[in-house]
Amino acid sequence: MKNNKHKSIHGLPQAGTGAANRFAYVGLLMAAFALMLLGKADVVVMERVRAGVIDSVSPVLEVISRPVASFESVVKDLTALGQLRAVNLQLKTDNQNLLEWQSAARKLAAENTQLKTLLNFAPGAEPGFVSGRVIADTGGAFVHSILVNAGRREGITKGQAVVTGEGLVGRVHGVGSRSVRVLLITDLNSRIPVVIEATRTRAVLAGDNTEHPRLIHLPPGVVPNPGDRIVTSGHGGAFPPGIPVGVISRSADGIVPVKTYVHRDRLEYVRIVNYGLQGILDAAPAAKGDGVSR
Amino acid sequence: MRSLFWQRVDFIARSLTPFLLTLVLVVLGQVPLHIPGFAEVAPILPLMAVYHWAIYRPDLLPAVGVFFAGLIQDALSGMPFGVNAAVFVAVHMIVVSQQIFFQGKSFLIIWLGFCMVAAGAVAMIWILNALFFAAMASVEAAFFQYMVTVGFFPVLALILVRWQRTVLAQI
Repeated sequence: MKNNKHKSIHGLPQAGTGAANRFAYVGLLMAAFALMLLGKADVVVMERVRAGVIDSVSPVLEVISRPVASFESVVKDLTALGQLRAVNLQLKTDNQNLLEWQSAARKLAAENTQLKTLLNFAPGAEPGFVSGRVIADTGGAFVHSILVNAGRREGITKGQAVVTGEGLVGRVHGVGSRSVRVLLITDLNSRIPVVIEATRTRAVLAGDNTEHPRLIHLPPGVVPNPGDRIVTSGHGGAFPPGIPVGVISRSADGIVPVKTYVHRDRLEYVRIVNYGLQGILDAAPAAKGDGVSR
Repeated sequence: MRSLFWQRVDFIARSLTPFLLTLVLVVLGQVPLHIPGFAEVAPILPLMAVYHWAIYRPDLLPAVGVFFAGLIQDALSGMPFGVNAAVFVAVHMIVVSQQIFFQGKSFLIIWLGFCMVAAGAVAMIWILNALFFAAMASVEAAFFQYMVTVGFFPVLALILVRWQRTVLAQI
C-alpha cells in the first residue's frame, strides 16, 4: 500500500502544502511562546498540568528505572569484589574510630538529657517521613531535578525537605498523586538559607546548575575556610536547622563553592521529611496548623 | 474484506511509530543511569528523532506531533512549558525547509547537519531558560550536553534508519 498523497514534485514525503505549513509553524511557535508567558503568569495551573503528566508517565519510568538500577548494582558488586581487602582494612580502622566516637556520643547524649531536664526543655515534634525511589533524573544541563515515586497519597506537600543519610538533596517542588518532582540544591533556582557550622556565619546556598553550588550573601569581611561544614540554618522556615549540606571547597575570586554531600548520580532512594514547617514557601497550611500531626 | 481491515490497522499502526518512538525517547531520556556526572550532560534524545524524521518522513511526524513531544519533554524535564515545544518545532521547520538538500546525502553530511541544528537548539533552550528564569545557566554544562548529544547521534540514527527501512518500508 503506497501512499502518494503527501509526495511533492521532488518525490519526497511532505508534511503538507507550503502555505498551510507555514501557517501551522507560526501557529505552533506562537502557542509555545504563549505557554511560556502563561507559565510565568500562572505558576499553579502549569505545575498542576506538569504533575498530571508526570503522574501518568511515572509508572512507565518506575518499570524502566528498575533494570537500570539492578544492572548498576551488579557492576558495583563486581568492582567491590576486587577491592575487598583494601576496603576491609579501611573499615577496621574506621570501626576503631567510630567506637571512640560512639562512647563520646553516648556521654554527650546522657549529658544532654540531664541538661534538658534541668532546663525544662520542650522538645519539638518528631518529624514524619516518606521514603521513595528516584525514578527519573531530569532536565539535563538546564534543570536539576529528580522524580520520586511517592506523592500526595503519602501525604507529601510542596516545600518539604528531601534528604538522604548523607545530607540535604533538595525540596519538593511539584506534587502529583503518586509522584513528586524534587528541585535539587544544585539547581539554578534553588536558594537555601545555611550557616557555616563552625563560625555560625549565615549565608545563602545558591545553585547555578553546576555540581558546586555557591555561598552568596556572606557578611562582608568573612573569609570562609575550605573544609568548613555547611548546614541548613532554619531561617525562612522552609527547613529545620542542622541538616548537613556540604563542605566549602577552595574559594577564589570571591566565589565560595560548596562540595555537596549528596551527589545527583548516586541518588537511588530518598527520604521526604515532614518537619511540620511550611515556611515562606506555602503559608496557608502552616496557618491552619496541620502538618505536624502525622 | 477482513484482510483489508487488518491491512488498514497495520498501516496506521506503522505510520504512528515515528511519533511513538519520539515519545519513547522523551521518557528514556529521563531514566536515571547513576553514571557520575552524566545526568547534567545526558543527550537530548528526542531532538535526534525530530531531526531524523523531519529529513526522511515529515509526513509521519508532522509539526503538531513534534510540538506535543516537546510539551511532554517540558513537563518531565521541569523546564518551563513551551521551551522544548518551541525548539522542536523550530528544528522541524528548519530541517524540512532543507529537505531537498539532505536527500541522498552521505551520513557524514547528515551528522554535520545535526551538529549545526543541535547547536542552534541547545543555544535556543539556553536563551529561553535564561529569559524565563532571568538567570544564566552554566554555559559549560550546556556545551557538554551539546557535545554528548552530537556524539550520541550516530547510534540512534542507525536504529532510526533501520526502523525506517524495515517497519516503514511500505508506508
